[in-house]
Amino acid sequence: MFDDEGMDEIRQIFLEESTEGLEVMESGLLELEPGTADMETINNIFRAAHSIKGGGGTFGFIEVSDFTHWVETILDEMRSGERDVTEDGITLLLEAVDCLRGMMDSINAQSDYDTPRISALQARIVAVLNGEVDAGVPEAASSSDSPEPEVVDTEAYEPVAEAPVEAAQTVESVQPKKLEPSQPEAVIEEPAIATEEAPAAEKPEAASVPETKEVPAAEPAGKKEKASSDASGSSIRVNVEKVDSLLNLVGELVITQSMLGRFKKEFNIDDVSDLRDGLAQLESNTRELQESAMQIRMLPIKVAFSRFTRLVRDLSRSMGKKVKLELLGEQTELDKTVLEKIGDPLVHLVRNSLDHGIETVEKRLAAGKPAEGLLRLSAYHEAGNIVIEITDDGAGLNRDKILSKAIEKGLVSEDEQLSDESIYMLVFQAGFSTADKVSDLSGRGVGMDVVRRNIQDLGGRIDVLSEIGVGSKFTIRLPLTLAILDGQLVRVGGDTYIVPLLSIVESVFINPERVNVVANNQMLYRLREEFLPITDLRAICNGTYKNMALDVEELNDKLLVVIETAGKRYGLVVDDLEDQQQVVIKALENNYRHVSGLAGATILGDGSVSLILDIPSLAQRCFNNIDNTEQLESA
Amino acid sequence: MNQDQVQQAGGIDLNPDALQFLTFILNGEEYGVDILKVQGIQGWSKVTPIPNTPDFMLGVINLRGAVVPVVDLRKRFQLDEVNYGPTTVVIVVKVSGDEGERVVGMVVDAVSEVYNVDAREIKPSPSFSGSISTEYIRGLSMIENKMVILLEIDSLVNAGVLDLVPSELVV
Repeated sequence: MFDDEGMDEIRQIFLEESTEGLEVMESGLLELEPGTADMETINNIFRAAHSIKGGGGTFGFIEVSDFTHWVETILDEMRSGERDVTEDGITLLLEAVDCLRGMMDSINAQSDYDTPRISALQARIVAVLNGEVDAGVPEAASSSDSPEPEVVDTEAYEPVAEAPVEAAQTVESVQPKKLEPSQPEAVIEEPAIATEEAPAAEKPEAASVPETKEVPAAEPAGKKEKASSDASGSSIRVNVEKVDSLLNLVGELVITQSMLGRFKKEFNIDDVSDLRDGLAQLESNTRELQESAMQIRMLPIKVAFSRFTRLVRDLSRSMGKKVKLELLGEQTELDKTVLEKIGDPLVHLVRNSLDHGIETVEKRLAAGKPAEGLLRLSAYHEAGNIVIEITDDGAGLNRDKILSKAIEKGLVSEDEQLSDESIYMLVFQAGFSTADKVSDLSGRGVGMDVVRRNIQDLGGRIDVLSEIGVGSKFTIRLPLTLAILDGQLVRVGGDTYIVPLLSIVESVFINPERVNVVANNQMLYRLREEFLPITDLRAICNGTYKNMALDVEELNDKLLVVIETAGKRYGLVVDDLEDQQQVVIKALENNYRHVSGLAGATILGDGSVSLILDIPSLAQRCFNNIDNTEQLESA
Repeated sequence: MNQDQVQQAGGIDLNPDALQFLTFILNGEEYGVDILKVQGIQGWSKVTPIPNTPDFMLGVINLRGAVVPVVDLRKRFQLDEVNYGPTTVVIVVKVSGDEGERVVGMVVDAVSEVYNVDAREIKPSPSFSGSISTEYIRGLSMIENKMVILLEIDSLVNAGVLDLVPSELVV
């Protein structure tokens, strides 16, 4: 449908602009209160719809502009006060937004539109416009009985059918304005093949599957170009201030460079202090430049949070619960990659809170709680990490129920003594669910383990706090960025490895008397009142993941790095600890491939390459034979 | 850009069939690599070994800020091992494959020459038992009365080296 390469680019621009427009429309619609007419909000929605219609007309997506025209007409009537803002009206418009989003996906995937859905919805909108509204629409909105309204509306459709042509004409005069940047923002191309913003990410399969089918059809030569143009389609909007500060820093760097550069011509011993000053300046320039460059990739978490307004509205309606969503710290910034990957786990957690956490209105009233439940998403920075909390004032996690379920599933043995925290962590095990009834939302026991795994993949962790009848709180801690990591350098033999600081609990000198060897040559170390499984990092580095029986004598003078992953602690024996430093992660996949047990590599100050350990996967490989739950998980 | 454009742009007489190959010695045989794939040649420097990889994967080095794997072609093709020393040479090549472009260093015995080869003069390779399997060979060329084996470097490095996983993963 779009062979031209120029068309490809235009398509990308249109899609990006429209995606933003749809977001504006959606958040605006969610802000609207039925019965009131908040002019500013309605105008915002109207403008967004108008831009999409205009863009569709200009770029040749007639179906989009036609459809949007009807949406716009409704909005226009609301704007002029001819039409009241009703709950049903908002729902219908939200459906229209979804439908448009589907059309954008089709355009992106270069597949055909979902015509029946579009025309059915369009017919309903037209019916509403013709005033046959109130009775028909709410029913049709929820049920999928398309034939009936369609018959009624095809007649109704005729009288107004000429409107789109007019609209397309007016659009042309609007076009030049549209191309000017409306905000002081620069678009910086990003090579990552990341998915688009939140809405597109919701249906990644839908968008990507048809595309891969399409590629073989094109001639082989075009294949590569197509891939690269798709990749360049992923861009981020960056505040001009950030770009300016980056430019300033580059300017400073140039000054420092020229200052140091003069020593190249001539250097005598008196210049040493100047040289030292220059190098110190270079160091601070470099650090600031690094921070500033990282800032460019930072986006407010609002991008991920915004979809929840809609999600919570829809879900709570369908479940017959009353839920108020509170968003705090929406401006907290985090890396784009982290942001994209945290979306799905958050959706799972929010759904979980809605389904299992917050009770129905009757139950809440019976328990003496306000009828409306509270779900709070908050984000803040803490010590180089971003913390995201999902809090609800629902029923809380039922400790005993979880425990009995876990025993039933064989995840823990009956006589095991577990702290409340470790019991709560059981909900993150694969196949675990305490829901009495499996609903379409949750309860199948998948989901929570995916949440934990996704968060672990991002190098973060999740904790649970809960009280029966009062509510529960899930706390996610994530590194701000995936590109830089706080690492502890450890020496093993002649090599230096990096252990992510986030997973280190403490480091202790080994006292050989506290080492016990149990079955399978597994060694345990008694640290205070706890027994930790330990292994020699050297065994890992030799590629022998088996737990070797270490010569206890040899452990003298060595250190034990205590690591924590998935709520469990282990010990790694190392020869020595070196510096702690921030390291830039270089993926091994760039030039080689993923190596299990390694999170990547980095280049140290002396230019040598050092490998970064992937603690969760290492722990699983080294210790799984003594760890029932881990074994179950990998089975 | 097609060949005509190249000629116009550079004003140089370019025969579309003229190719250049950098040759290296491995186990007494001379192999050629398309020079456009060669990023550089460098001496032996210490590598950081990667656990849990095949033995011919020597490890990774820092190549101007990029982490680049280094492979030993002798070990890969089960030839007698030689010790690495000051004369050991690493040819850095950039290959393209399904995973995109990858930069890899290959340890060889020595670097030999750069030859001009006319594409039409390349003879298909007969089945023969050289050090490197024939599936990675593009053809043979006679240069100054000696035979040079021209390599299909993309498939050699991608399928033949990087994508090989260790046969027995110790679990």
